[in-house]
Amino acid sequence: MSDATAMPTRTVRGLLNGRRGRNGRIHWTDVFTYLYLAFGIFLMFGPVIWLTMSSFKTSSALLEFPPTFLPLGQIEVQVEGYDKPLPLFEATLEDGTVKQLAQVRRIGIISQMIDPANPSEKYKVPINQRAEVREFRMAWDNYRDPLERFDFTRYLYNSVVVTVVATLVTLLINSMAAYGLAIYEFRGRGAIMMFVIGTLMIPITIILVPVYLVVTSMGMINSLWAVILPGAATPTGVFLLRQYMLTIPKDLIEAARMDRASEWAIYWKVVLPLAMPAIAVLAIFSIMWRWNDFLWPLIVLNRSEVYTLQVGLNAFQGELDVQWHYILAMTVVTLIPVTLVFAFLQKFITTGIASSGMK
Amino acid sequence: MALQSDHNMGERMANLAGAPVRLLFTVLEPPLAALQRGLGIKRMPWIFLVPNLVFFGLFVIVPLFINFFYSLTGGTQLYPDDRPFVGTEQYGFLLDCQTYADPQTCREDRFWKAIYNTSIFIVFQVSFMVLFSLITALTLNREIRARGFFRAVFFFPVLLSPVVVALIWKWILLRDGILNAFLVSIGLDKVLFFVSPEWSMFWAVFVSIWAHMGFYTLILLAGLQAIPPDLYEAAEMDGTSKERVFWRITLPLLWPNMLVVIVLALIKGVQVFDEVFVLTGGGPGTATQFIVQYIYNTGFTNQVQNFGLASAASVALGVALFILTMAQLAVTRRKDDV
Repeated sequence: MSDATAMPTRTVRGLLNGRRGRNGRIHWTDVFTYLYLAFGIFLMFGPVIWLTMSSFKTSSALLEFPPTFLPLGQIEVQVEGYDKPLPLFEATLEDGTVKQLAQVRRIGIISQMIDPANPSEKYKVPINQRAEVREFRMAWDNYRDPLERFDFTRYLYNSVVVTVVATLVTLLINSMAAYGLAIYEFRGRGAIMMFVIGTLMIPITIILVPVYLVVTSMGMINSLWAVILPGAATPTGVFLLRQYMLTIPKDLIEAARMDRASEWAIYWKVVLPLAMPAIAVLAIFSIMWRWNDFLWPLIVLNRSEVYTLQVGLNAFQGELDVQWHYILAMTVVTLIPVTLVFAFLQKFITTGIASSGMK
Repeated sequence: MALQSDHNMGERMANLAGAPVRLLFTVLEPPLAALQRGLGIKRMPWIFLVPNLVFFGLFVIVPLFINFFYSLTGGTQLYPDDRPFVGTEQYGFLLDCQTYADPQTCREDRFWKAIYNTSIFIVFQVSFMVLFSLITALTLNREIRARGFFRAVFFFPVLLSPVVVALIWKWILLRDGILNAFLVSIGLDKVLFFVSPEWSMFWAVFVSIWAHMGFYTLILLAGLQAIPPDLYEAAEMDGTSKERVFWRITLPLLWPNMLVVIVLALIKGVQVFDEVFVLTGGGPGTATQFIVQYIYNTGFTNQVQNFGLASAASVALGVALFILTMAQLAVTRRKDDV
């Protein structure tokens, strides 16, 4: 490490800012640091990896205790003289030899088995003397079934519609408001700003009943609009965009006015393109808010055909006979888009939060 | 500004959205230009503000007043015209307690149990969240390899939906889940986590810290990186001990960020609902039922939809949030002064 010797001041700063060891030596705090970080990876990613692994297990494999890490399926073999493939077991015979045998049928606690290599010879093995022979196998049915038999494609579609439409509406009206507040000097601007910031203080959790009334009287209950519209105007969005638009040079706008551009044209041809970075940040946030939204959709969507993914998943896991193999698979489907956003835009989001302090 | 460096990304996204958006703006141009000719340029800002203000008014401001009105009415009808005015009866019902320390003695014991649960949740969740966020931020601020990657690791759960978070952990904590498999493998007994009130509360706190810690870590990390290096250099010259540097330089300079984190965590904590609702359903019994779930149950899921009572409880929650937000404003103002 070349910079380690170059900076003598590292010793004190080292406590918090850097490695404590000098000249490339490793101090115990460095070891501790990396142990902590390794534990962090385990704790943050482990549960998601476990979920994904489990989602590829068959419903019977999920009931097993203790669980296996990899999804495994029993090997089946085709044996001459039998129409169906037979499950393969490792059986311990009476004389103590261990053999791989295929099970023909099971009667009580005795299983009738044959040797796949030599089908004429039959064995009778107590069921506690045999163990399944298994291989790595992914149960894709967990994914196929809910998408085909249940309404999950419907929920997926609803979630996509809500996310896309709501984000477009949010971007349009918030950028318009931000433009009005950033570009013009007019009487009442300060009051409007206070008003916008004031609405930050009123989360949906404290006005559930009256918003439900408003939405009901507009006839939007059990329609996706009931989810899309109430959260479309976001104070954080207006604030973020306005602060960014303030940095746009006024000369540009004056020049456009000289060229007889209308205010609307200045808004979308001059200011919006320049504010694109801030709009992109808001777009990403809006997509995450909407995709993950739960409490409000839970209240206004009461019919299965308008459920979003989150509400659908919750309904599914609340059923009496919980079908975990389907739930796990659908949970994985639900987290795929967010994980993609994370993988590609992670840096973008973290700088966005660090500079605006919003979530 | 950090945003500027990502300008190219913004441009690419703009191209992606592309044609239909451009068409919409072009179609809107003639009517808005006509409007401008009619009203004059002085009134144009209002035209741009109107859509947003209508949304705010319709879905935030008007409801805020209706909420208050609802809390003064009774009955089970949704439309205000059909609701009899009962004055402060709902509040009286909510606040009717023999001793406030014991929810059992209250007429509406579910409400007080919810307040009691929420308080316990906040105390543990906020303090451990701040503690772990601070430790993580300090660790990430050291001169480590692949800092960006590790920062992302801790941030990942923040993006997950509450339902997904809850299901991930529910799957781990089930009777035959992997955590119990681990306990059995080291010679302990299985624990039925969601049957025990204490364990349910513990996991509610744990899962919510797991899900949100990355966000607060990010704020604290930004604060740590803003501390000028010369201060550390000066301390080095004076031969100050490392512990002293932490208590006298790092912590005081980070304190404004710490306050922001504490207040933000409090504001979020008071409104806890999603993850815990899916994880425990509020159970066992009412052991993990919080204020928002009380409002949700009272107004929307109980056999008799008691909108008045739900509104009264909302007003109470609103007052708590208002106080916290005022604290936040005071805190951020002080931060700007520093």
